[in-house]
Amino acid sequence: MTTTSTPPTLVAEGIGKSFAGVHALTDVTLEIRPGEVLALMGENGAGKSTLLKILSGDQPPDTGTLRMHGEPVTFSSPADAMAAGVRVIYQEPEIVPHVSVAENVYIGRLPATARRFNRRALRERVRADLERTGFTGAIDPDTLGSRLSAAQRQLIEILRALTSDTAVLAFDEPTSSLSDAETESLFRLIRELRESGVAIVYVSHRMKEIFELADRIAVLRDGRLIGVRPAAETDEEELVRMMVGRDLSSMFQRRHTGAADQPVASTESRRPVLELRGVTSDDVSDVDLVVHAGEVVGLAGLVGAGRSELARAVVGDVPLRGGQVVVNGRPLRLRTPGDAVAAGIGFAPEERKADALLMHRTVRDNLSLAVLDRLSRLRFVRTRAERELVDRYVEQLRVRTPSPEQQIRKLSGGNQQKVVLARWLARRPDVLILDEPTRGVDVGAKAEIYAIIDELAASGVALLVISSELPEVLGLSDRIVVMQNGRIAGELDRDEATEERILALAIADHAAEGASR
Amino acid sequence: MTGTRAPLPAQTSTAAADATTPSARRPSPLHRVLEAVGVTNVSLLIALALVILVIGSQNADFFRGSNLIVIGTAVAISGLLAVVQTVVIIAGGLDISVGSVAGLASVASAMIFTATGSTAVLGLAGAVLIGLLCGLVNGAIIVYGRVNPVIATLATLAAFKGIAQLISNGRAQGYTGSDPIFIFLARGSILGIPTLIWVLLLVAGLLHVMLKYTDIGRKIYALGGNDAAARLAGININRYILAIFALAGMVAGIAGVLITARTGSGQPISGSEGLELEAITAAALGGTALKGGKGSIISTLLAVLLLGVLINGMTLLGVNPFWQNVAKGTLLVVAVVIQQLRSGERRVGIPQ
Ligand SMILES: Nc1ncnc2c1ncn2[C@@H]1O[C@H](COP(=O)(O)OP(=O)(O)OP(=O)(O)O)[C@@H](O)[C@H]1O
Ligand SMILES: [Mg+2]
Repeated sequence: MTTTSTPPTLVAEGIGKSFAGVHALTDVTLEIRPGEVLALMGENGAGKSTLLKILSGDQPPDTGTLRMHGEPVTFSSPADAMAAGVRVIYQEPEIVPHVSVAENVYIGRLPATARRFNRRALRERVRADLERTGFTGAIDPDTLGSRLSAAQRQLIEILRALTSDTAVLAFDEPTSSLSDAETESLFRLIRELRESGVAIVYVSHRMKEIFELADRIAVLRDGRLIGVRPAAETDEEELVRMMVGRDLSSMFQRRHTGAADQPVASTESRRPVLELRGVTSDDVSDVDLVVHAGEVVGLAGLVGAGRSELARAVVGDVPLRGGQVVVNGRPLRLRTPGDAVAAGIGFAPEERKADALLMHRTVRDNLSLAVLDRLSRLRFVRTRAERELVDRYVEQLRVRTPSPEQQIRKLSGGNQQKVVLARWLARRPDVLILDEPTRGVDVGAKAEIYAIIDELAASGVALLVISSELPEVLGLSDRIVVMQNGRIAGELDRDEATEERILALAIADHAAEGASR
Repeated sequence: MTGTRAPLPAQTSTAAADATTPSARRPSPLHRVLEAVGVTNVSLLIALALVILVIGSQNADFFRGSNLIVIGTAVAISGLLAVVQTVVIIAGGLDISVGSVAGLASVASAMIFTATGSTAVLGLAGAVLIGLLCGLVNGAIIVYGRVNPVIATLATLAAFKGIAQLISNGRAQGYTGSDPIFIFLARGSILGIPTLIWVLLLVAGLLHVMLKYTDIGRKIYALGGNDAAARLAGININRYILAIFALAGMVAGIAGVLITARTGSGQPISGSEGLELEAITAAALGGTALKGGKGSIISTLLAVLLLGVLINGMTLLGVNPFWQNVAKGTLLVVAVVIQQLRSGERRVGIPQ
């Protein structure tokens, strides 16, 4: 364990940063020490990502200085910071779509002898890297960047960092798109890096991970550093108090009530709303699944098990090769997602930036997109009604934005996620499919989202929730369906479900096949 | 301030939302004016004022009423194409065939006019209908053939021009110069403002209202901003693309009619060639993002006006026409560079 006498690798001193009237960071002073994991916590919009962007030279601070090994440094670009050994793995990793995984990993450092590089050597090198890091099978070095899942893109960033000289490595919510198994591999890696003396900064909203990994925990609130605690000397309650500025112990007690416990007319609650009959697409085969009115069905499985692909088939985003999607007893003719929306299916996709957000439009535009037809009279959008709707959801989900007219790209990741959810909550469809609904969302807002899911279920909506976070699946679902390799591997009732049993179904038998996907 | 309004629940929620962002500062009044008018528009207005000042100080004729009308009528036709091009670009497309469609419509209007025994209304309707059909062809190639809009309309730019030349043998067609309706379009005026300008204002006004106040407009912005997101939100993308290109064709048809009216005969090429580039120039100068999802009709109109004033002024001052082109190009580059610097885009890779 580190002692206070270890000289820090990187020191941020009095860092301040504001954007057009929003103080993202105010006078933050933080030491990042070698051989230590420093966790960074705070609510959505507290300034965590902004701090990392400053450390990595992506944005200049307004005030304050950075010191590397005691020397003041100025990073004017991420390349500068990388040259000094500081790397950040962002919430939304950037990868090059049209080149292979191998080239993506070594981008900018391709072994170029006489302007030609040896593709085979490169591929072998990346294969070895994957083996060394325990990610063999998670990714094929020849895959094109554009075909990678969120988890795989994250992995590329990690490999980039591991294959170069790194003194400080920062992760911005790395596990929000990873499955449990992948998270384990990542943690193993992080511990190894710590042993070898790398200074690690770890941003996450997940308490469990923080206590598993961190040596010290720094908490930001409204852009200010509230305090730094040794992990061994603090607990969840204190951290939450530091993050939100008041006691919120009640927040953790809000538990899912479950459709079964609701006094909803029992016949109504057993009415099947969404029925999948032998649904088959390029990525999923022969899926049978029923979601009843007022029921929350959790869809669990490893990343790549075909959960998102199933959702995309159900909403008509990818063509069905066989089978039927039935809503309220009526088989759908799905040509485009518009048909699914018209039939009463809502779908909040996993990749908010690529598939959900209009980055250059306002919070209001993004939030009301799926309900515009309802908000309009004679095609004219009723701005007053829209305003009220937007205000209501901004408040309910506690979206941190200076105004509904703020461009959404200026919101923090978690707050963007809340807007994506709000878009579909506002539509109140008969069937709501949520793919990783709480990805990157802070503890308080998570509880809020769970409460809204409960409330929707109680009002008769059929919900299908995809989540890689097992406690979330367990806490929310009335029933849990586990997928593996594009097929349904099994189903567990709320009472019989445990993390172990879900995992067993997710990796049983076909483990080898599953891994090679 | 709050006393006059009913105690709506929305109001309390606004307050609550504000309370969660204690670090947000109230913007200054200047900032708010800028915000309301839009920085692009303010810059365009400033540029316009500067150009007018310089030209006006050199040549007092510039301010004569007749000259202002000259400017207005000169920009009306390219202005029509610019505003509809703005809609196409916002939706994430580009239509470079509009000039050819206008030419084809111009020839057709005159030929129909002649063939129907000088029935102007049929000539007008026929031209607009042909424009619409051309637009539908564009849309169908793009949607069903999965062809990039630039390539698709590059192809039809040539094809439509060819058709116009074929049916006209490459020569001006008919004589509409004595028909009262065509005369009214070309030289008439309402309330002292030329009909040409009214047509432009009417079309621009309708497009502005559509973009700004209807759900169709919102969906067009969504489509151009992120088509995957628009699709998953339930927007029928194909239908929208078809409709937008049909609209562009239709407006190009109207422009064709105006060309016929102004020249007194159907013009297959002269009068319409190069208009597509003028339209794109104005849209870009008005801050329309070529990657889609961003832009406004008002800004494009201001840009049209700025270009018109610039050309008119330089003509008045006797500047060599070759220099006029250089000036136009320079203005566009300067404007776009300023917009890029201001947008805060990451300065990496090929700019969007
Ligand atoms: N480019 C920008 N323009 C305006 N405001 C910005 C910009 N970038 C960040 N902000 C604001 O700065 C604050 C801090 O954002 P930041 O992304 O650092 O939050 P975060 O702690 O990473 O949150 P999350 O947990 O949701 O990822 C937020 O209020 C955000 O809206
Ligand atoms: Mg963040």
